Amino acid sequence: MSASSHPSWGRYPASRPAQVQRPGARPSALPATDTPVLAYGNGRSYGDSCLNNDGTLLDMGSLDRFIAFDPATGVIECEAGVLLADILELVVPQGWFLPVTPGTQFVSVGGAIANDVHGKNHHMAGTFGCHVRELELLRSDGSTLVCTPDYNAEWFAATVGGLGLTGLLTRATIALKRIEGPHMDVDTLRFSNLDEFFQLSAASDRDYEYTVAWVDCSARGANLGRGWFMRANHKPALGQQPDPRKRGGPTFPFVTPVSMINPLTLRPLNTLYFRRKFKPRSRDTQHYQPYFYPLDGIKHWNRAYGPNGFLQYQCVVPHADARDAVAELLERIAAAGAGSFLSVLKVFGDVQSPGLMSFPRPGVTLALDFPNRGRETFELLEALDDVVRAAGGAVYPAKDARMSAAAFSEYFPNLERFKTFVDPAFSSNFWRRVTDPHNDGKSKVRK
Amino acid sequence: MRKILIVGATSTIAEQTARCFVASGDALFLTGRNEARLKAIADDLKVRGASNVATQVMDADDLSAHAPMIDAAEAALGGLDTVLVAYGTLPDQQACAADPAAAVAAWHTNAVSVVALLTDIANRFERQGHGTIAAISSVAGDRGRASNYVYGSAKAGLNAFMDGLRHRLFKAGVQVVTIRPGMVDTPMTADFDKGPLFASPEKVGGDIHKAIEKGTAVCYTPGFWRLIMTIITALPRAIFHRTGL
Repeated sequence: MSASSHPSWGRYPASRPAQVQRPGARPSALPATDTPVLAYGNGRSYGDSCLNNDGTLLDMGSLDRFIAFDPATGVIECEAGVLLADILELVVPQGWFLPVTPGTQFVSVGGAIANDVHGKNHHMAGTFGCHVRELELLRSDGSTLVCTPDYNAEWFAATVGGLGLTGLLTRATIALKRIEGPHMDVDTLRFSNLDEFFQLSAASDRDYEYTVAWVDCSARGANLGRGWFMRANHKPALGQQPDPRKRGGPTFPFVTPVSMINPLTLRPLNTLYFRRKFKPRSRDTQHYQPYFYPLDGIKHWNRAYGPNGFLQYQCVVPHADARDAVAELLERIAAAGAGSFLSVLKVFGDVQSPGLMSFPRPGVTLALDFPNRGRETFELLEALDDVVRAAGGAVYPAKDARMSAAAFSEYFPNLERFKTFVDPAFSSNFWRRVTDPHNDGKSKVRK
Repeated sequence: MRKILIVGATSTIAEQTARCFVASGDALFLTGRNEARLKAIADDLKVRGASNVATQVMDADDLSAHAPMIDAAEAALGGLDTVLVAYGTLPDQQACAADPAAAVAAWHTNAVSVVALLTDIANRFERQGHGTIAAISSVAGDRGRASNYVYGSAKAGLNAFMDGLRHRLFKAGVQVVTIRPGMVDTPMTADFDKGPLFASPEKVGGDIHKAIEKGTAVCYTPGFWRLIMTIITALPRAIFHRTGL
């Protein structure tokens, strides 16, 4: 199987596993290999946490079977390679929904747990890991650990958000949430600066299950932090309406020779999007698909970033300095003329993440894409790290391909404890990078 | 609602096909050699909407096991109206060329055992006067080629057998569907470098589901293989013998 068939979503760095194995059935033991092992789900991690160059990738796509589903209680058990999209397709018609969903439905259950993903309802529901009832872990010593929040609890905590390093996650049980129908009540409001964003967020988080904002990352000065605030709730059933979009949307056909997102297009795209509606507020009903997964409508949209790929940067800064830190981050990005069109701002809630290494924590999170322009991109992201570190924040490993070892250990204070749970047979590009004391975030700057 | 017997149900293509059927609540009887895998697939198909799923461990090479298995399937589902034969092996051509026993074993699994199975099924369906018999053959059966002629010739035998069976059962109202997949990305082809001609098992499973629903006589999947094989079978020997096909 060719190595290039297992890239990360940012398409940087290049994926070069020594071998790829695909288990046909749920394994009862790890395959014997002489190189480090890593499970590869559906390749939606942006950076290098799903890569294992010169090692063995276990392609979990074939472990896509449901094991049990009780439509009365909404508890579903499945193999780790099942996609969230598969779960939705099965359970939405039966009145259930994912308790937490990230911005794409094309992530595997294993990936969702290993990265302890979050969504627009973090302020109410916490992370995906909060809803995992049980998981099974195969260790290289031949043991099989069944873990729940109460049984083998320390292994559970290490595996949720554990980046696939504690062993092979083969199956999981998840508690779904009840819905009356597939539609959403969506309220969209324009805001002209960061202060307005914080006011809107504070005013919305109690009555709206889902809140998130798009922010114009090219705006500066008085317009700094302007954007659109989107808040929504599941709509009570309103009878049958046609599904607006099936899974087979258009595909971005090829990798463009240069990034379509570049200094020439960045500002016009952002300004156009900010000006897309004349009215400062609109309310409408949307099917859950376009509401939660607007980008899933175009398969392989990541190809638009050209042959060098892109890096995503997602950080969280604690509430205390959040306004100033976010302003500083946005100002640096706008001044550099970097960033993209997909910039997202959200206030995280106080629900404790169950993982030792979970990224979400109380504060404000900002996520942006950056076309990979080599040294200047890496230097900018390093400068953003300075702001995040000074504020006592953290950067999201699932999105990262460049943070320094020092930054990583500051962001994740449980790191030393976590290391005791890492399976010696497992590793990843990400793990080798952030545990390499010589990695200062700059030494590997390259295009 | 269909009552479907799938022989070789742990094959990736069979599993994808079964998922298409259960979405509309069909009932299934699954056989395969590996009990744990059969159970995992049966559990999955139940969650996906199957009205009934039963399983039985059987090695199709053992011809004496066929009739009791079909009896059991009819008993479990209250009759049968659809059969999909999905098992097969892709033998190593070098080994088959060197060793007569290996060549015969490949023929036994891919042709002889299927002929035995389909004969029994055909007689039952002819008596009941309805039903659909489908089997997964291969584009490799369209012309013997140096790279895999033992496998290909077994499939060619199966193709001709099914052509005749279709002719015979036409009057009885029984449909016979020959599936000819091209290269599919499954464990059977795990050692191959995957080029653009490889199709996903999901795509092939969906095509098989449609072919069975429609009663298509010969279904190439993906469809472009019909064109490719038309060209390959039309190549004059003078040219064909110089290719590496």
